[in-house]
Amino acid sequence: MTQSDRKIRVLIAKPGLDGHDHGAKVVVRALVDAGFEVIYTGLRQTPEMVCAAAVEEGVDVIGLSSMAGSHLPFCRKLAVLMKDNGLKDKLWIIGGNLPAPDHAVLREIGLHGIFPTGAKFADIASFIRENVR
Amino acid sequence: MTAEKPSLRRVINESGIEIKPLYTQDDVIASGGTEMIGLPGEYPFTRGIHPTMYRKQPWTMRQYAGFGNPQDTNNRFKFLIDNGQTGLNVAFDLPSQIGLDSDDPAAEGEVGRVGMSVDTLADMEIAFAGIDLEKITVSLTINGSATVMIAMYLAMAEKRGYDISKLRGTAQNDILKEFIGRGTWIFPVDASIKLVADTVEYCAKHAPKYSPVSVCGYHIRDSGADPVQEMAYAFNIACAYIDSALARGLDIDEFAGRLSFNFNIFGNLFEQVAKFRAARGLWAKIVKERYHPKKPSSMGLRMIAGGGGGGLTFEQPENNIVRTAYYALISALSGTQTMALCSYDEAYTIPTEYSARISLRTMQILIEEMGLADTVDPLAGSYYVETLTNQMRQKMVEAMDDVDARGGIVKLVAEGWIQAQVSSQAYNMAKKLESGEFRKVGFNCYRVEEEEKQVEFHPYDESDARRQIDSLNAVRARRDKAQVDAALARIEADARAEVNVMPAIMEAVKTYATVGEITKTLVNVYGRYREPIRF
Repeated sequence: MTQSDRKIRVLIAKPGLDGHDHGAKVVVRALVDAGFEVIYTGLRQTPEMVCAAAVEEGVDVIGLSSMAGSHLPFCRKLAVLMKDNGLKDKLWIIGGNLPAPDHAVLREIGLHGIFPTGAKFADIASFIRENVR
Repeated sequence: MTAEKPSLRRVINESGIEIKPLYTQDDVIASGGTEMIGLPGEYPFTRGIHPTMYRKQPWTMRQYAGFGNPQDTNNRFKFLIDNGQTGLNVAFDLPSQIGLDSDDPAAEGEVGRVGMSVDTLADMEIAFAGIDLEKITVSLTINGSATVMIAMYLAMAEKRGYDISKLRGTAQNDILKEFIGRGTWIFPVDASIKLVADTVEYCAKHAPKYSPVSVCGYHIRDSGADPVQEMAYAFNIACAYIDSALARGLDIDEFAGRLSFNFNIFGNLFEQVAKFRAARGLWAKIVKERYHPKKPSSMGLRMIAGGGGGGLTFEQPENNIVRTAYYALISALSGTQTMALCSYDEAYTIPTEYSARISLRTMQILIEEMGLADTVDPLAGSYYVETLTNQMRQKMVEAMDDVDARGGIVKLVAEGWIQAQVSSQAYNMAKKLESGEFRKVGFNCYRVEEEEKQVEFHPYDESDARRQIDSLNAVRARRDKAQVDAALARIEADARAEVNVMPAIMEAVKTYATVGEITKTLVNVYGRYREPIRF
C-alpha cells in the first residue's frame, strides 16, 4: 500500500447536454461515504471543461456519467486533451447507459473502468482503490 | 408446545406508510373517513375528473416519440397513428431543448440523438405534414426553449389553416422541474418563471384550448423522489405558476382548466393508485381554497401517466414488458386522461417500432379485453385503497407545507435545496436496492447469468446531423435577413421592457428565425442559469 494520508480525489463530471444527473449524484454520495474526496462538476460539461477541472483540482481519478448516448465522441475528444494536459496517468472511469458493444471501443480510447447501469457502489470504490496511481 | 406465533414481516411502502395485513372500515374512518371520496366529475374529484370517464372515451394513447430529423420523426408518428395511437408526444433532441442550432459547436454529436431536431418553423412543418391536428392532439415535450417551440407549433398550425383559438394540444413547459431533474434549463430561475407566465397569458388570450403547461412530478420522481415528494413538489410548482399568472391580472378560470400534469407510475400498485386518487382531491381543495375559481373544471387534475422508465431494469429486459403492462393497469385504475406508456427497451435505447407497438397493444388489450374502460374508479370503496388514499393525501399536505415553511419552492429550487433532498432520497433508495432491502426482480433477486442482451439498439445516424445542418443553411439562405433581424430586435426590446415576449417570438418564428437566434437574444437580456452544486 502506498496510500498517504491524503484522500484519493475523484472528479465526477456529467458530459454533454443531457441533464439526467440522478446517477452522477448518487455515485458522488456513494464515493464520499466510501472515503474519497469528490468534486462534482454539474451538468453540460465539454471535454475542455472536464480537462480543466481535473487539472485545477489535482484529481487522481476522472469519472464520467453518461446517459443519453454521446459517450464515444465525448471520450475521443477528452482522450486527446488528457494526453496534452499531462493527465494520461490518471485513472479514467465511466458509468451509465453504456451499450455492451461500446465497451471495447471505450477501452481502446483509454478508459480504465466501465460501470454500466447496475454496477455496484462497492465495485466502483474498490476498482478505484486498486487501480489508482 | 408453546411455539410463538410467527411474526409477520413489517411492510412499509415507499412513502413511509406502514401497511397492515388487513384493512377494515375502521381503518378508513381512523384515516379521515369517506368525506373526500365523492362522485366522479364533482368536487373533490377524487374518483375522477369526468362523470363517466373511460366509458365515454378511453384514455388518449400518446407514446413519446421522435428522433433524427423531422422527416424521420414524421414517419414514426404516422406509424404510431396507423397502429391506433390517438395523440402524439414529441421528443426533441437536446440542442433543440436547450436552444442551440444544429450547427452550434456545442451540439456536435447530439443532433437528432434523443429526439427530433428542430431549428426553424420549416422543421415543424415537415414533422407534422399530413397529420390532422384537430383529430390528433400534439404534446410537445419541451421546456427550456418552450416559448420558441410553442410559437413554432402555433405558427405551423396557423399556416396550415387551423384556427389557433380552437386548437388543442399541450406543451410540457415546466421549467422548475428541469432545475430539479432532467436539466434542460437555459435562463435563471426568475426569468424562466416569467417566460412560463408569458406562455400562459398568451395562450389564455389567443389559444384558450391549448394547454401551455404540464406540471411534472414525473421527472422529480425519476430523479429519486418518493411518491409523496413527487406530488407535493409538483403542486408547489403548479401554485408558483398560478401565482405568476394571477400577478399578470389573469383570472383563475381563464387558465386553470388548461393546466395539466405529468406523473410517474412505477412502484407499488396500490400506493400508486392511492397517490393519484389522493392527489386529485388535494389539488381540487388547493385550487378551491387558495384561488376561489367559479368553474369546477378549474379544480380538475388533468394528467398524463404511464411513463416510468425509472422502474425498468437493464437486467432481463423482457421483464420490462410485464412491468409496463402493470404500469398501464395502474394508470387505468388511477383514472389518467392520457397514457404515454414506456417501452420495454427504454432502459437501453430509443424504442424500436416493434417495442413501441407492444406498448400500444398493451393499452389496447386493457381497453378491449380486460374491461378497464367499463366503469369509473373501480378500486373505490376498498378499505385498503381508501385508507391509503387518505394517508397519502395527508403526507402530501405535510410535504407541501414543509416547502412553504422553508421559504417556498422557487427559493428552494434556486438554492438547490429541493435538488439535494431528491438526490439524498435517490441515494437511500440505491442503497436499499444494493442491499436487497428493496426488491427488484432481475437486479437484486432472481438474477440469471447475463447472456448476450436481446435488445436491438436504435442506431444513431451521424449523417442525419449533416442533413439537418444542410437544411438549416438552406432555410437561412432563402429567408429575408432584414425581417429576421427586426423580429429579433423586437424580442430583445420586449424582454428588456419586461412585457410578454410571446407576440414577438410568434413574429420571429414566422420569419424563420432559428431557435438558437431567439434563445441567444433572450440570453442577452436574462443571462444564463448557474447550477448550485449542493449535497
